Amino acid sequence: MDYAITGTIFTLIVFVVFIGIVIWAYSKRSKAGFDEAANLIFADEDKKEKRESGTHE
Amino acid sequence: MSEAIQVHPDYNYKVVRQFAVMTVVWGIIGMSLGVFIAAQLYWPALNFDTPWLTFSRLRPLHTNAVIFAFGGCALMATSFYVVQRTSQVRIFSDKLAAFTFWGWQAVILSAVITLPMGLTSTKEYAELEWPIDILIALVWSAYMINFFGTMIIRKVSHIYVANWFFGAFILTVLVLHVGNSMAVPVSLFKSYSMYAGAVDAIMQWWYGHNAVGFFLTAGFLGMMYYFVPKQAGRPVYSYRLSVVHFWALISLYIWAGPHHLHYTALPDWTQSVGMVMSIILFVPSWGGMINGIMTLSGAWHKLRTDPILRFLVVSLSFYGMSTFEGPMMAIKTVNALSHYTDWTIGHVHSGALGWVAMVSIGSIYHLIPVLFNKPKMHSIYLINVHFWLATIGVVLYIVAMWMSGVLQGLMWRAVNADGTLTYSFVEALEASKPFYFVRFLGGVFVVVGMLIMAYNCYMTIRSKSENETARSDAEVQPA
Repeated sequence: MDYAITGTIFTLIVFVVFIGIVIWAYSKRSKAGFDEAANLIFADEDKKEKRESGTHE
Repeated sequence: MSEAIQVHPDYNYKVVRQFAVMTVVWGIIGMSLGVFIAAQLYWPALNFDTPWLTFSRLRPLHTNAVIFAFGGCALMATSFYVVQRTSQVRIFSDKLAAFTFWGWQAVILSAVITLPMGLTSTKEYAELEWPIDILIALVWSAYMINFFGTMIIRKVSHIYVANWFFGAFILTVLVLHVGNSMAVPVSLFKSYSMYAGAVDAIMQWWYGHNAVGFFLTAGFLGMMYYFVPKQAGRPVYSYRLSVVHFWALISLYIWAGPHHLHYTALPDWTQSVGMVMSIILFVPSWGGMINGIMTLSGAWHKLRTDPILRFLVVSLSFYGMSTFEGPMMAIKTVNALSHYTDWTIGHVHSGALGWVAMVSIGSIYHLIPVLFNKPKMHSIYLINVHFWLATIGVVLYIVAMWMSGVLQGLMWRAVNADGTLTYSFVEALEASKPFYFVRFLGGVFVVVGMLIMAYNCYMTIRSKSENETARSDAEVQPA
Protein backbone atom coordinates (compact mmCIF):
# COMPACT_ATOMS: atom_id res chain seq x y z
CA MET A 1 0.00 0.00 0.00
CA ASP A 2 1.39 3.37 -0.84
CA TYR A 3 1.42 6.38 1.38
CA ALA A 4 -1.62 8.03 -0.22
CA ILE A 5 -3.85 5.07 0.62
CA THR A 6 -2.66 4.62 4.21
CA GLY A 7 -2.97 8.36 4.68
CA THR A 8 -6.52 8.35 3.36
CA ILE A 9 -7.53 5.42 5.55
CA PHE A 10 -6.02 7.06 8.61
CA THR A 11 -7.79 10.35 7.88
CA LEU A 12 -11.12 8.53 7.48
CA ILE A 13 -10.65 6.61 10.72
CA VAL A 14 -9.82 9.78 12.65
CA PHE A 15 -12.83 11.52 11.11
CA VAL A 16 -15.23 8.71 12.03
CA VAL A 17 -13.82 8.47 15.55
CA PHE A 18 -14.21 12.21 16.01
CA ILE A 19 -17.84 12.14 14.84
CA GLY A 20 -18.34 9.27 17.27
CA ILE A 21 -16.92 11.35 20.11
CA VAL A 22 -19.24 14.25 19.26
CA ILE A 23 -22.31 11.96 19.16
CA TRP A 24 -21.27 10.35 22.44
CA ALA A 25 -20.62 13.71 24.12
CA TYR A 26 -23.99 15.12 23.06
CA SER A 27 -26.04 11.98 23.68
CA LYS A 28 -28.67 12.05 26.40
CA ARG A 29 -27.02 9.11 28.14
CA SER A 30 -23.86 11.08 28.90
CA LYS A 31 -25.72 14.01 30.44
CA ALA A 32 -26.03 12.79 34.01
CA GLY A 33 -22.43 11.63 34.25
CA PHE A 34 -21.16 14.90 32.81
CA ASP A 35 -23.21 16.96 35.24
CA GLU A 36 -21.71 14.98 38.08
CA ALA A 37 -18.21 15.38 36.68
CA ALA A 38 -18.68 19.11 36.13
CA ASN A 39 -19.50 19.57 39.81
CA LEU A 40 -16.44 17.63 41.01
CA ILE A 41 -14.61 20.90 41.56
CA PHE A 42 -17.07 21.74 44.33
CA ALA A 43 -17.54 18.19 45.62
CA ASP A 44 -14.72 18.08 48.16
CA GLU A 45 -15.32 21.36 49.93
CA ASP A 46 -17.11 22.02 53.18
CA LYS A 47 -20.07 24.32 52.88
CA LYS A 48 -18.07 27.02 54.61
CA GLU A 49 -15.39 26.79 52.00
CA LYS A 50 -17.78 28.01 49.31
CA ARG A 51 -16.59 31.52 49.81
CA GLU A 52 -13.15 30.37 48.73
CA SER A 53 -14.53 30.69 45.28
CA GLY A 54 -15.23 34.33 45.94
CA THR A 55 -12.65 36.30 47.89
CA HIS A 56 -14.66 39.27 46.75
CA GLU A 57 -17.77 38.51 48.68
CA MET B 1 -17.89 33.44 57.43
CA SER B 2 -17.07 33.57 61.11
CA GLU B 3 -16.21 29.89 61.15
CA ALA B 4 -12.78 28.69 60.18
CA ILE B 5 -12.30 26.42 57.21
CA GLN B 6 -10.62 23.15 57.75
CA VAL B 7 -8.33 22.70 54.80
CA HIS B 8 -8.66 19.08 53.83
CA PRO B 9 -5.92 17.33 55.79
CA ASP B 10 -5.44 14.49 53.37
CA TYR B 11 -3.95 16.48 50.52
CA ASN B 12 -0.26 17.09 49.94
CA TYR B 13 -0.26 20.89 49.83
CA LYS B 14 3.46 21.15 50.56
CA VAL B 15 4.54 20.49 46.98
CA VAL B 16 1.80 22.80 45.69
CA ARG B 17 2.99 25.58 48.03
CA GLN B 18 6.60 25.12 46.92
CA PHE B 19 5.72 25.29 43.25
CA ALA B 20 3.27 28.18 43.76
CA VAL B 21 5.87 30.34 45.51
CA MET B 22 8.53 29.49 42.93
CA THR B 23 6.10 30.45 40.17
CA VAL B 24 6.17 34.02 41.46
CA VAL B 25 9.94 33.99 42.00
CA TRP B 26 10.78 32.60 38.55
CA GLY B 27 8.15 34.83 36.99
CA ILE B 28 9.95 37.91 38.28
CA ILE B 29 13.38 36.61 37.24
CA GLY B 30 12.30 35.43 33.78
CA MET B 31 10.30 38.56 32.96
CA SER B 32 13.03 40.88 34.29
CA LEU B 33 15.48 39.12 31.99
CA GLY B 34 13.06 39.80 29.17
CA VAL B 35 12.94 43.49 30.04
CA PHE B 36 16.74 43.55 30.21
CA ILE B 37 17.22 42.06 26.75
CA ALA B 38 14.45 44.30 25.39
CA ALA B 39 16.48 47.22 26.78
CA GLN B 40 19.59 45.83 25.06
CA LEU B 41 17.81 46.03 21.73
CA TYR B 42 17.21 49.72 22.35
CA TRP B 43 20.49 50.51 24.15
CA PRO B 44 22.99 48.00 22.73
CA ALA B 45 25.69 49.17 25.14
CA LEU B 46 23.85 47.27 27.87
CA ASN B 47 25.71 44.08 27.03
CA PHE B 48 28.78 45.78 28.58
CA ASP B 49 30.97 43.90 26.08
CA THR B 50 30.64 40.86 28.30
CA PRO B 51 29.97 37.60 26.41
CA TRP B 52 27.63 36.16 29.02
CA LEU B 53 25.55 39.33 29.08
CA THR B 54 24.94 39.34 25.34
CA PHE B 55 21.46 39.08 23.84
CA SER B 56 22.37 35.80 22.13
CA ARG B 57 23.00 34.05 25.44
CA LEU B 58 20.39 35.76 27.61
CA ARG B 59 17.52 35.37 25.15
CA PRO B 60 17.41 31.55 25.52
CA LEU B 61 17.72 32.01 29.26
CA HIS B 62 14.72 34.37 29.17
CA THR B 63 12.61 31.93 27.15
CA ASN B 64 13.60 28.95 29.30
CA ALA B 65 12.96 30.91 32.48
CA VAL B 66 9.50 32.13 31.55
CA ILE B 67 8.29 28.95 29.82
CA PHE B 68 9.84 26.18 31.88
CA ALA B 69 10.58 27.90 35.19
CA PHE B 70 7.60 30.26 35.57
CA GLY B 71 5.14 28.32 33.38
CA GLY B 72 6.45 24.93 34.50
CA CYS B 73 6.17 25.72 38.21
CA ALA B 74 2.67 27.15 37.67
CA LEU B 75 1.62 23.99 35.81
CA MET B 76 3.11 21.64 38.37
CA ALA B 77 1.56 23.58 41.27
CA THR B 78 -1.90 23.65 39.74
CA SER B 79 -1.86 20.12 38.30
CA PHE B 80 -0.82 18.58 41.63
CA TYR B 81 -3.49 20.65 43.35
CA VAL B 82 -6.28 19.97 40.88
CA VAL B 83 -5.62 16.25 40.51
CA GLN B 84 -5.71 15.77 44.29
CA ARG B 85 -8.82 17.83 44.87
CA THR B 86 -10.88 16.52 41.98
CA SER B 87 -9.79 12.94 42.68
CA GLN B 88 -10.42 13.48 46.40
CA VAL B 89 -7.28 11.61 47.30
CA ARG B 90 -3.81 12.48 48.56
CA ILE B 91 -1.07 12.53 45.97
CA PHE B 92 0.23 9.11 44.85
CA SER B 93 3.73 9.60 46.25
CA ASP B 94 5.08 12.38 48.49
CA LYS B 95 8.65 11.33 47.72
CA LEU B 96 8.19 11.56 43.97
CA ALA B 97 6.54 14.94 44.50
CA ALA B 98 9.57 16.20 46.44
CA PHE B 99 11.89 14.77 43.77
CA THR B 100 9.86 16.54 41.09
CA PHE B 101 10.12 19.86 42.90
CA TRP B 102 13.83 19.77 43.70
CA GLY B 103 14.71 18.10 40.39
CA TRP B 104 12.86 20.77 38.45
CA GLN B 105 14.60 23.55 40.39
CA ALA B 106 17.93 21.83 39.62
CA VAL B 107 17.07 21.82 35.91
CA ILE B 108 16.28 25.54 36.04
CA LEU B 109 19.47 26.36 37.95
CA SER B 110 21.52 24.39 35.40
CA ALA B 111 19.91 26.50 32.69
CA VAL B 112 20.77 29.67 34.59
CA ILE B 113 24.41 28.56 34.72
CA THR B 114 24.97 26.89 31.34
CA LEU B 115 23.08 29.19 28.97
CA PRO B 116 25.02 32.40 29.81
CA MET B 117 28.21 30.31 29.48
CA GLY B 118 27.18 29.73 25.88
CA LEU B 119 26.59 25.99 26.30
CA THR B 120 23.69 25.28 23.99
CA SER B 121 22.38 22.67 21.61
CA THR B 122 21.05 25.63 19.53
CA LYS B 123 17.57 24.08 19.25
CA GLU B 124 15.04 26.77 20.10
CA TYR B 125 13.26 26.12 23.43
CA ALA B 126 15.40 22.96 23.75
CA GLU B 127 18.79 24.65 24.17
CA LEU B 128 19.90 22.73 27.24
CA GLU B 129 22.72 20.26 26.69
CA TRP B 130 22.38 16.51 26.96
CA PRO B 131 23.16 15.89 30.67
CA ILE B 132 20.42 18.38 31.60
CA ASP B 133 18.10 16.79 29.03
CA ILE B 134 18.49 13.47 30.81
CA LEU B 135 17.68 15.10 34.14
CA ILE B 136 14.58 16.68 32.59
CA ALA B 137 13.43 13.30 31.29
CA LEU B 138 13.88 11.75 34.76
CA VAL B 139 12.11 14.55 36.61
CA TRP B 140 9.30 14.60 34.07
CA SER B 141 8.84 10.82 34.34
CA ALA B 142 8.53 11.17 38.11
CA TYR B 143 5.97 13.93 37.57
CA MET B 144 4.04 11.77 35.13
CA ILE B 145 3.99 8.68 37.36
CA ASN B 146 2.81 10.80 40.27
CA PHE B 147 0.09 12.57 38.30
CA PHE B 148 -1.34 9.47 36.65
CA GLY B 149 -0.83 7.49 39.86
CA THR B 150 -3.02 9.99 41.69
CA MET B 151 -5.61 9.79 38.93
CA ILE B 152 -5.65 6.00 39.13
CA ILE B 153 -6.17 5.84 42.91
CA ARG B 154 -8.94 8.48 42.77
CA LYS B 155 -11.96 8.14 45.05
CA VAL B 156 -14.49 9.36 42.49
CA SER B 157 -15.65 7.66 39.33
CA HIS B 158 -15.11 10.52 36.88
CA ILE B 159 -11.86 12.04 35.77
CA TYR B 160 -12.53 15.78 35.75
CA VAL B 161 -11.83 17.38 32.36
CA ALA B 162 -8.97 19.55 33.71
CA ASN B 163 -7.08 16.34 34.49
CA TRP B 164 -7.52 15.16 30.91
CA PHE B 165 -5.81 18.31 29.71
CA PHE B 166 -3.07 18.10 32.35
CA GLY B 167 -2.57 14.42 31.52
CA ALA B 168 -2.26 15.07 27.78
CA PHE B 169 0.19 17.87 28.48
CA ILE B 170 2.39 15.76 30.75
CA LEU B 171 2.45 12.71 28.49
CA THR B 172 3.04 14.62 25.26
CA VAL B 173 5.77 16.84 26.66
CA LEU B 174 7.75 13.75 27.68
CA VAL B 175 7.41 12.25 24.18
CA LEU B 176 8.34 15.57 22.54
CA HIS B 177 11.30 16.18 24.80
CA VAL B 178 12.78 12.71 24.41
CA GLY B 179 12.13 12.63 20.66
CA ASN B 180 13.64 16.01 19.88
CA SER B 181 16.57 15.79 22.28
CA MET B 182 18.03 12.60 20.79
CA ALA B 183 21.66 13.51 20.33
CA VAL B 184 25.15 12.09 20.08
CA PRO B 185 27.32 13.46 22.89
CA VAL B 186 30.91 14.27 22.00
CA SER B 187 31.88 15.70 25.38
CA LEU B 188 30.22 16.50 28.69
CA PHE B 189 28.71 19.72 27.36
CA LYS B 190 28.60 19.22 23.63
CA SER B 191 26.34 17.03 21.56
CA TYR B 192 25.04 16.84 18.01
CA SER B 193 21.44 16.16 17.09
CA MET B 194 20.73 12.65 15.91
CA TYR B 195 18.75 14.12 13.01
CA ALA B 196 20.16 15.93 10.01
CA GLY B 197 19.01 18.66 7.63
CA ALA B 198 15.30 19.07 6.93
CA VAL B 199 14.48 16.11 9.21
CA ASP B 200 16.18 17.89 12.09
CA ALA B 201 14.21 21.03 11.24
CA ILE B 202 10.85 19.27 11.24
CA MET B 203 11.70 17.35 14.44
CA GLN B 204 12.60 20.65 16.04
CA TRP B 205 9.30 22.29 15.07
CA TRP B 206 7.26 19.20 15.78
CA TYR B 207 8.72 19.66 19.26
CA GLY B 208 8.62 23.46 19.20
CA HIS B 209 5.05 23.94 18.13
CA ASN B 210 3.78 21.21 20.38
CA ALA B 211 5.62 22.83 23.25
CA VAL B 212 3.21 25.65 22.45
CA GLY B 213 0.29 23.28 21.90
CA PHE B 214 0.72 21.01 24.88
CA PHE B 215 2.92 22.84 27.37
CA LEU B 216 1.58 26.36 26.83
CA THR B 217 -1.95 25.45 25.76
CA ALA B 218 -3.25 22.08 26.96
CA GLY B 219 -1.62 22.46 30.38
CA PHE B 220 -2.97 25.95 30.91
CA LEU B 221 -6.39 24.91 29.61
CA GLY B 222 -6.35 22.36 32.43
CA MET B 223 -5.76 25.27 34.77
CA MET B 224 -8.58 27.21 33.10
CA TYR B 225 -11.08 24.35 33.42
CA TYR B 226 -10.54 24.21 37.16
CA PHE B 227 -9.91 27.77 38.28
CA VAL B 228 -12.39 29.68 36.09
CA PRO B 229 -15.45 27.67 37.24
CA LYS B 230 -14.11 27.52 40.81
CA GLN B 231 -13.48 31.25 41.07
CA ALA B 232 -16.81 32.01 39.38
CA GLY B 233 -18.54 29.62 41.79
CA ARG B 234 -20.39 27.74 39.06
CA PRO B 235 -19.62 24.66 36.94
CA VAL B 236 -18.17 25.05 33.48
CA TYR B 237 -20.59 26.33 30.80
CA SER B 238 -20.76 23.07 28.85
CA TYR B 239 -19.05 19.90 29.97
CA ARG B 240 -19.98 18.30 26.65
CA LEU B 241 -18.19 21.03 24.78
CA SER B 242 -15.15 20.54 27.01
CA VAL B 243 -14.98 16.87 26.05
CA VAL B 244 -15.17 17.64 22.32
CA HIS B 245 -12.71 20.52 22.90
CA PHE B 246 -10.22 18.12 24.44
CA TRP B 247 -10.25 15.48 21.71
CA ALA B 248 -10.31 18.01 18.88
CA LEU B 249 -7.44 20.02 20.33
CA ILE B 250 -5.10 17.13 21.04
CA SER B 251 -5.74 15.40 17.73
CA LEU B 252 -5.12 18.56 15.69
CA TYR B 253 -2.27 20.35 17.45
CA ILE B 254 0.33 17.71 16.72
CA TRP B 255 0.23 18.47 12.96
CA ALA B 256 0.71 22.22 13.04
CA GLY B 257 4.53 22.38 13.41
CA PRO B 258 5.44 22.80 9.71
CA HIS B 259 4.03 26.36 9.71
CA HIS B 260 7.31 27.34 11.36
CA LEU B 261 9.11 26.21 8.20
CA HIS B 262 7.18 27.85 5.37
CA TYR B 263 9.30 28.50 2.25
CA THR B 264 12.19 26.40 3.55
CA ALA B 265 13.75 23.09 2.42
CA LEU B 266 10.75 21.28 3.91
CA PRO B 267 8.67 19.56 1.16
CA ASP B 268 5.85 21.79 -0.11
CA TRP B 269 3.13 19.30 0.74
CA THR B 270 4.30 19.19 4.37
CA GLN B 271 4.12 22.97 4.52
CA SER B 272 0.58 22.88 3.12
CA VAL B 273 -0.54 20.21 5.60
CA GLY B 274 0.90 22.30 8.42
CA MET B 275 -0.93 25.36 7.15
CA VAL B 276 -4.31 23.62 6.79
CA MET B 277 -4.04 21.95 10.20
CA SER B 278 -3.10 25.27 11.79
CA ILE B 279 -6.16 26.96 10.29
CA ILE B 280 -8.48 24.18 11.48
CA LEU B 281 -7.03 24.55 14.97
CA PHE B 282 -8.90 27.82 15.22
CA VAL B 283 -12.13 25.87 15.80
CA PRO B 284 -11.26 23.89 18.97
CA SER B 285 -9.30 26.86 20.31
CA TRP B 286 -12.29 29.15 20.13
CA GLY B 287 -14.59 26.38 21.36
CA GLY B 288 -12.49 26.23 24.52
CA MET B 289 -12.32 29.97 24.90
CA ILE B 290 -16.08 30.35 24.53
CA ASN B 291 -16.62 27.55 27.02
CA GLY B 292 -14.43 29.34 29.56
CA ILE B 293 -15.91 32.78 29.08
CA MET B 294 -19.52 31.58 28.96
CA THR B 295 -18.99 29.95 32.35
CA LEU B 296 -19.54 33.46 33.64
CA SER B 297 -22.88 33.79 31.91
CA GLY B 298 -25.35 34.96 34.52
CA ALA B 299 -22.50 35.97 36.83
CA TRP B 300 -20.90 38.76 34.84
CA HIS B 301 -21.29 41.13 37.77
CA LYS B 302 -18.55 39.21 39.58
CA LEU B 303 -16.05 40.69 37.15
CA ARG B 304 -16.72 44.12 38.59
CA THR B 305 -15.61 43.17 42.05
CA ASP B 306 -13.23 40.24 41.64
CA PRO B 307 -9.87 41.07 40.03
CA ILE B 308 -8.82 37.39 40.25
CA LEU B 309 -11.72 36.43 38.03
CA ARG B 310 -10.82 39.35 35.79
CA PHE B 311 -7.30 37.97 35.35
CA LEU B 312 -8.75 34.59 34.38
CA VAL B 313 -11.33 35.93 31.96
CA VAL B 314 -9.03 38.46 30.30
CA SER B 315 -6.49 35.65 29.85
CA LEU B 316 -9.16 33.85 27.83
CA SER B 317 -9.70 36.94 25.70
CA PHE B 318 -5.99 37.02 24.92
CA TYR B 319 -6.14 33.28 24.23
CA GLY B 320 -8.92 33.93 21.72
CA MET B 321 -6.95 36.76 20.15
CA SER B 322 -3.74 34.81 19.74
CA THR B 323 -5.50 31.67 18.49
CA PHE B 324 -7.12 33.80 15.81
CA GLU B 325 -3.84 35.48 14.96
CA GLY B 326 -1.88 32.19 14.92
CA PRO B 327 -3.91 30.40 12.22
CA MET B 328 -3.89 33.60 10.18
CA MET B 329 -0.10 33.84 10.40
CA ALA B 330 0.18 30.17 9.42
CA ILE B 331 -1.33 30.95 6.01
CA LYS B 332 1.64 30.86 3.66
CA THR B 333 0.97 34.24 2.01
CA VAL B 334 0.53 35.98 5.38
CA ASN B 335 3.58 34.14 6.68
CA ALA B 336 5.60 35.52 3.77
CA LEU B 337 5.08 38.93 5.31
CA SER B 338 5.16 38.05 9.02
CA HIS B 339 7.89 35.43 9.32
CA TYR B 340 11.23 36.55 10.83
CA THR B 341 9.67 39.90 11.81
CA ASP B 342 8.67 41.29 15.20
CA TRP B 343 5.08 40.35 14.42
CA THR B 344 5.99 36.81 15.51
CA ILE B 345 7.44 38.13 18.76
CA GLY B 346 4.23 40.12 19.32
CA HIS B 347 2.11 37.04 18.64
CA VAL B 348 4.12 34.92 21.06
CA HIS B 349 3.83 37.50 23.81
CA SER B 350 0.11 38.00 23.31
CA GLY B 351 -0.12 34.27 24.05
CA ALA B 352 2.58 34.16 26.71
CA LEU B 353 1.90 37.36 28.66
CA GLY B 354 -1.79 37.62 27.85
CA TRP B 355 -2.94 34.02 28.07
CA VAL B 356 -0.36 31.90 29.89
CA ALA B 357 0.86 34.46 32.42
CA MET B 358 -2.56 35.91 33.23
CA VAL B 359 -4.27 32.56 33.74
CA SER B 360 -1.35 31.48 35.94
CA ILE B 361 -1.39 34.69 37.94
CA GLY B 362 -5.16 34.40 38.48
CA SER B 363 -4.78 30.79 39.56
CA ILE B 364 -1.92 31.59 41.96
CA TYR B 365 -3.94 34.44 43.53
CA HIS B 366 -6.73 31.92 44.04
CA LEU B 367 -4.34 29.31 45.45
CA ILE B 368 -2.13 31.26 47.86
CA PRO B 369 -4.81 31.90 50.52
CA VAL B 370 -6.12 28.32 50.23
CA LEU B 371 -2.68 26.74 50.49
CA PHE B 372 -1.55 28.82 53.44
CA ASN B 373 -4.91 28.65 55.20
CA LYS B 374 -5.64 32.38 55.03
CA PRO B 375 -9.03 33.98 54.61
CA LYS B 376 -8.05 35.87 51.45
CA MET B 377 -5.21 37.67 49.74
CA HIS B 378 -3.62 40.46 51.80
CA SER B 379 -4.91 43.14 49.42
CA ILE B 380 -7.58 42.79 46.76
CA TYR B 381 -6.80 46.37 45.76
CA LEU B 382 -3.23 45.42 44.86
CA ILE B 383 -4.48 42.49 42.75
CA ASN B 384 -6.51 45.03 40.84
CA VAL B 385 -3.46 47.27 40.43
CA HIS B 386 -1.52 44.24 39.17
CA PHE B 387 -4.32 43.44 36.74
CA TRP B 388 -4.18 46.86 35.14
CA LEU B 389 -0.39 46.97 35.04
CA ALA B 390 -0.35 43.54 33.36
CA THR B 391 -3.06 44.47 30.86
CA ILE B 392 -1.49 47.81 29.90
CA GLY B 393 1.93 46.16 29.68
CA VAL B 394 0.75 43.41 27.34
CA VAL B 395 -1.17 45.81 25.12
CA LEU B 396 1.82 48.17 24.83
CA TYR B 397 4.04 45.21 24.02
CA ILE B 398 1.89 43.56 21.35
CA VAL B 399 0.79 46.75 19.62
CA ALA B 400 4.42 47.89 19.36
CA MET B 401 5.46 44.54 17.92
CA TRP B 402 2.59 44.41 15.43
CA MET B 403 3.52 47.82 14.06
CA SER B 404 7.23 47.10 14.04
CA GLY B 405 6.67 43.66 12.48
CA VAL B 406 4.42 44.77 9.65
CA LEU B 407 6.75 47.69 8.96
CA GLN B 408 9.74 45.34 8.82
CA GLY B 409 7.92 42.88 6.56
CA LEU B 410 6.90 45.62 4.14
CA MET B 411 10.34 47.25 4.09
CA TRP B 412 12.18 43.95 3.60
CA ARG B 413 10.06 42.94 0.63
CA ALA B 414 9.99 46.35 -1.10
CA VAL B 415 11.85 46.27 -4.41
CA ASN B 416 12.71 48.97 -6.93
CA ALA B 417 11.70 48.81 -10.60
CA ASP B 418 15.10 47.26 -11.42
CA GLY B 419 14.63 44.50 -8.86
CA THR B 420 17.03 45.80 -6.22
CA LEU B 421 15.94 46.14 -2.60
CA THR B 422 14.46 49.52 -1.71
CA TYR B 423 15.68 49.49 1.86
CA SER B 424 18.83 48.22 3.51
CA PHE B 425 18.46 46.11 6.66
CA VAL B 426 19.72 48.97 8.79
CA GLU B 427 17.00 51.28 7.48
CA ALA B 428 14.34 48.80 8.59
CA LEU B 429 16.07 48.49 11.95
CA GLU B 430 16.02 52.25 12.40
CA ALA B 431 12.30 52.32 11.62
CA SER B 432 11.71 49.75 14.38
CA LYS B 433 13.67 51.63 17.02
CA PRO B 434 10.81 53.63 18.62
CA PHE B 435 8.73 50.45 18.90
CA TYR B 436 11.57 48.76 20.76
CA PHE B 437 11.29 51.44 23.40
CA VAL B 438 7.53 50.91 23.70
CA ARG B 439 8.13 47.17 24.07
CA PHE B 440 10.66 47.83 26.85
CA LEU B 441 8.09 50.05 28.56
CA GLY B 442 5.39 47.37 28.27
CA GLY B 443 7.77 44.86 29.84
CA VAL B 444 8.48 47.22 32.75
CA PHE B 445 4.72 47.47 33.44
CA VAL B 446 4.46 43.67 33.52
CA VAL B 447 7.46 43.25 35.85
CA VAL B 448 6.25 45.97 38.25
CA GLY B 449 2.95 44.08 38.40
CA MET B 450 4.81 40.89 39.28
CA LEU B 451 6.74 42.66 42.05
CA ILE B 452 3.46 43.88 43.51
CA MET B 453 2.19 40.30 43.31
CA ALA B 454 5.26 39.06 45.20
CA TYR B 455 4.69 41.66 47.93
CA ASN B 456 1.00 40.77 48.14
CA CYS B 457 1.77 37.04 48.35
CA TYR B 458 4.45 37.62 50.98
CA MET B 459 2.09 39.69 53.12
CA THR B 460 -0.64 37.07 52.73
CA ILE B 461 1.62 34.18 53.71
CA ARG B 462 3.04 35.90 56.79
CA SER B 463 -0.34 37.22 57.94
CA LYS B 464 -2.20 35.54 60.76
CA SER B 465 -3.82 32.25 59.81
CA GLU B 466 -7.50 31.78 59.09
CA ASN B 467 -8.42 30.70 62.60
CA GLU B 468 -6.80 33.69 64.24
CA THR B 469 -8.37 36.23 61.92
CA ALA B 470 -11.80 34.63 61.71
CA ARG B 471 -13.24 37.14 64.16
CA SER B 472 -11.86 40.20 62.46
CA ASP B 473 -12.91 39.06 59.02
CA ALA B 474 -15.32 41.94 58.63
CA GLU B 475 -12.56 44.46 59.17
CA VAL B 476 -10.51 43.25 56.24
CA GLN B 477 -10.92 45.75 53.46
CA PRO B 478 -13.63 44.91 50.99
CA ALA B 479 -12.80 44.53 47.32
